[in-house]
Amino acid sequence: MKLRWVFSVLTTATWLLAGPVSAEQIGDPEAGAKVFSQCKGCHQIGPDAQDRIGPHLNGVFGRKAAAHDTFDYSASMERAGADGLIWTAKTLDAYLENPRALVSKTRMSFRGLKDPQDRADVLAYLRDFSDNPRDLPEAEPTARGTDHDLDPTILAIQGDPEYGAYLSNECLTCHQSDGSARGIPSITRWPEEDFVVAMHAYKNKLRPHPVMQMMAGRLNNEEIAALAAYFKTLDE
Amino acid sequence: MKLNRRIFLGSGVAAAASLKAPALLAQGHGKPRVVVIGGGAGGATAARYLTKDSEGALDVTLVEPSRSYFTCFFSNLYLGGFKEIDDLGHTYGTLAAKYGINVVHDWAVDVDRDGKTVTLAGGASLPYDKLILSPGIDFVDGAVGGWSLAAQNAMPHAYKGGSQTELLRAQVDAMPEGGVFAMVAPPNPYRCPPGPYERVSMIAHRLKAANPTAKIIVADPKGKFSKQSLFEEGWANHYPGMIDWVGEDFGGGEVSVDPAAMTVTIDGEETEVHACNVIPAMKAGRIAEMAGVTEGNWAPVNAADMSAKADPDVYVLGDAAQQGDMPKSGFSANSQAKVCANAVRGALTESRVFPAKFSNTCWSLIDANNGVKVGATYEATEEKIAKVDGFISEVGETSDVRRATYEESEGWYAGIVADMFS
Ligand SMILES: Cc1cc2nc3c(=O)[nH]c(=O)nc-3n(C[C@H](O)[C@H](O)[C@H](O)COP(=O)(O)OP(=O)(O)OC[C@H]3O[C@@H](n4cnc5c(N)ncnc54)[C@H](O)[C@@H]3O)c2cc1C
Repeated sequence: MKLRWVFSVLTTATWLLAGPVSAEQIGDPEAGAKVFSQCKGCHQIGPDAQDRIGPHLNGVFGRKAAAHDTFDYSASMERAGADGLIWTAKTLDAYLENPRALVSKTRMSFRGLKDPQDRADVLAYLRDFSDNPRDLPEAEPTARGTDHDLDPTILAIQGDPEYGAYLSNECLTCHQSDGSARGIPSITRWPEEDFVVAMHAYKNKLRPHPVMQMMAGRLNNEEIAALAAYFKTLDE
Repeated sequence: MKLNRRIFLGSGVAAAASLKAPALLAQGHGKPRVVVIGGGAGGATAARYLTKDSEGALDVTLVEPSRSYFTCFFSNLYLGGFKEIDDLGHTYGTLAAKYGINVVHDWAVDVDRDGKTVTLAGGASLPYDKLILSPGIDFVDGAVGGWSLAAQNAMPHAYKGGSQTELLRAQVDAMPEGGVFAMVAPPNPYRCPPGPYERVSMIAHRLKAANPTAKIIVADPKGKFSKQSLFEEGWANHYPGMIDWVGEDFGGGEVSVDPAAMTVTIDGEETEVHACNVIPAMKAGRIAEMAGVTEGNWAPVNAADMSAKADPDVYVLGDAAQQGDMPKSGFSANSQAKVCANAVRGALTESRVFPAKFSNTCWSLIDANNGVKVGATYEATEEKIAKVDGFISEVGETSDVRRATYEESEGWYAGIVADMFS
């Protein structure tokens, strides 16, 4: 039987403030788990989930935006948090529909989920990993973002950030140094490993984008490591 | 971020570089001086990267007559109604305030390469250790029979940004119902190879809404053009029957205009037109010629650092340069500027010099949310900038792909103007 999460059981502060809401089924967490595969490249969830390109998503419901200490958020997400944005079913729904409509310069390079059912399902899935129910299900898949077979010696290369700074000049014609992500994704402050894995995936033509395949195609292993070392440190 | 200065290319280069710096200081002035002529895609980028990366070690002056730079890139989207003119204008305040660039709004009228000075129209003389020229293009006199710059009001070129672009759009809007728009397309090489054809698409988009029985004629001296199959597919699908492209084989190069009578004669046949865009043959911006670094219409450069073949202390970027395989685009000029800035900084301070890498992508809009692109990467060889890899959008792509390509171009525009001006 499919688990369905019902609005009326929700007990976060915002909902108490918002007053009683009629019971409404918002989604199917199993279907949501499938939708979540679009998010996995950047976000982990479940036991052992860690921050990667994006913050891990355990306990996101009811949390203030940018409240998760260990993650280095964009300035605009920090601002949204300071302005009082709280992640509720409603705000998450709006954010997932069009991230930049809610947080204009978010580094989350995601075009949005247009289908309301997809959003409801993925919210139901996320809800399962939030405090209520408090205990994370033991047997759930952990949805790790880094799933690759890159040679560990490539990952071990120490990048030269000064060379990376020069090479980055080429990236910065399109990708912006302040991390904004309109039409073209943000690439600042990624964990080095994720950066290296992504670039090799383009180089080996596993990731599909033709411009990036071409750009990565002529970078050698040291150059990719240098770029990863540089972009990790790039400030807003 | 703190980085130490090391020499990258090995000890031989290190020795050469450290010998060079004291020699410059011995010339009796403090910081090495770089003068950049032209504050466009090449010049603004070069000035910004020189100051950003050298953290005050260089004295950089940018000479640019206009207080606002109106990009040619995306000017076709203005013609199509997807942008307003203010979206395309950018100013130099941040370059002065944040980077300490000495921005001088004046024309450079002469270059004395022996005395190493630049003369400005206002009379001032600027000494330099290194001179970077990125003056864009000028038009070849007499390239289109009957047309001269004096006729640019009746028949705009709209191939330099700003008022010409606004004029052309106003003339398209003033066309009578069922009227004729003509374009005289330029011969190779010219700025922005897909530019005229994106423009045709955007004008067709505008006319389709406001004046659907209007016609577009393109007289083209070339037998084929950039992204041709993509444009032809787009024109057939989105603007059927509206656009008549007359290429080389049909006399498209045999063209003259009469701006007073508003007629265009193609291969002996005269047509009355209601708006006419003449894009003549191009050459390097005139100051490059006055500096004596051109051969024919363009300035030959060394691919490794963009230095002029005629003078190692003069560099030429962007449209004005004859460099090899790169198309003349804003993306290319920006890419070349960064290679050049790295080399100039290395020559004047002891900063590391890295191998040249260049790239370009040109996006074009065919109709709303229907973008296509072509791009390539390049490296420096002994004789030229040589293409190493490339790609192009395909015919028959899904609307999702085309929309994503268009959205990417919006991202690119925001990226490149930030990389030039902020
Ligand atoms: C319709 C159109 C669409 C285009 N679309 C694209 C596109 O989508 N993507 C793309 O990459 N490129 C595009 N381009 C091409 C792009 O605009 C140029 O290739 C680019 O601007 C070249 O840069 P540049 O630095 O050589 O010259 P410019 O950007 O033209 O800058 C030259 C500057 O030098 C100044 N100058 C000239 N002479 C002097 C002097 N004597 N003293 C002082 N200053 C001087 C001028 O005022 C000008 O500001 C397009 C061009 C057109 C016309």
